[in-house]
Amino acid sequence: MSGRLIPFRGARATAAASRPADTGSGPRGLVSEDPAGAAAPFPRPFGAPRFRELVSPHIDAAYSLARYLSRNDAAAEDIAQEALLKAFRNLETLRGDAVRPWLLAIVRNSYFDWRRRQDGRAVGGEAAEIAYAQAADDAPSAEASLIRQGDVAALRSAIEAIPEPFREALVLRDLEELSYREVAEVTGVPMGTVMSRLARARRMLAERMGVTEVVA
Amino acid sequence: MSACPDKELMLHALVDGELDAGHALEVEAHAATCAGCAAELAAIRQVKAALTAQPLGYRAPASLLARLDAALEAETAPPAPPRRRRPSMEGWVLSGVGGALAASLALFALAPQGASLESQLVDAQARSLQAAHLVDIPTSDRHVVKPWFDGKIDFAPPVVDLIAQGYPLVGGRLDHIDGRQVAALVFHRQAHVINLFIWPGSAPEGQTLEHRDGYSLVRWSQGGLVFWAVSDCDPQALTTFARAYAAAIS
Repeated sequence: MSGRLIPFRGARATAAASRPADTGSGPRGLVSEDPAGAAAPFPRPFGAPRFRELVSPHIDAAYSLARYLSRNDAAAEDIAQEALLKAFRNLETLRGDAVRPWLLAIVRNSYFDWRRRQDGRAVGGEAAEIAYAQAADDAPSAEASLIRQGDVAALRSAIEAIPEPFREALVLRDLEELSYREVAEVTGVPMGTVMSRLARARRMLAERMGVTEVVA
Repeated sequence: MSACPDKELMLHALVDGELDAGHALEVEAHAATCAGCAAELAAIRQVKAALTAQPLGYRAPASLLARLDAALEAETAPPAPPRRRRPSMEGWVLSGVGGALAASLALFALAPQGASLESQLVDAQARSLQAAHLVDIPTSDRHVVKPWFDGKIDFAPPVVDLIAQGYPLVGGRLDHIDGRQVAALVFHRQAHVINLFIWPGSAPEGQTLEHRDGYSLVRWSQGGLVFWAVSDCDPQALTTFARAYAAAIS
């Protein structure tokens, strides 16, 4: 981070009024939203008001991804906070206006940092998938029924039980509504891998929901 | 599910609206004549419908938003102007004591001999502001901060979070005041940083408020410990903080 930034809270109070001036030298792709930007009195390219404006619509998504990855309330809060601060300090790494995938990629990295601090306990792979299928078999039909009825807690716990790489693809696509391409960018794998992970995640969930018997 | 193996991913892509018109028509036409793929398509749609019928995402808790506010304020607050820089001030270094928390927060200072206690506290406050990474890692959990002091100092500073009163805990570090190692807890008050220095000792009863070099200092004594809260925030806010802290640990 370079330059001196104005205090955040004070700036937020006047964010709406100062917006055109504040965005004069903002990221590419957004400048045109503010035709008055040419008159920017602040030479600094980024500041807390700009950051707040860009990121605040995505704070829930950042926390939610951290929560679904870590499966832990307190950890999710720490991960999301760390990620948002990293985002603020590295605002210049944002390309274009795709704030959401950019931020979620940072959340994902912060999650892996957190997991490394937890002695790198990794969960995943074939064994986890088999365990999931087993759990689905053992699950009382009441659970499947709850999920089919749209019970939020049952759905969330079914999602959380999906092994990691598949769960991540599902959350990014179906909950955060990222495109395949964006999911690929966030997770750093080819689009074909994203598609097969997503298909497997949905298949696991379908088994949990008991929809495999559906016949057209 | 019994979709054609070469079509399965395309069925998902169809449901996700990721296919161009030509491919979408092709896949739909296939599913119309293939029972396995039609069943798969129905199952995918049913799962997708369950996932999108209502928001399943978690909402960021208010405590996270408050901490983000505090952290961003700390990041954007202008660094304190250098105060009474003495040659001996150059001696403070980042300590390497255990863990990321220590790496980011623990400062060991060589206290200037002969300086008054108050000026040492103000120096310590200014130093803490110059170390621009008070919130490198989240340390807002008092259950993390408190045991961190174990083994580093020979007393147990009481740690509470006053986030509900508008003073979120940011972290802790070791500092040196008056030739002894002391605990320093860091809080935020809007755009301001509050350092709460704690060490064993006693002081006359009640809280005293002093002003020095643009900082306010509130001192009190409780449970065999001396507390000094130092900040450039509004003096009233600092005394409120001190009262709330004293109440929370009594």
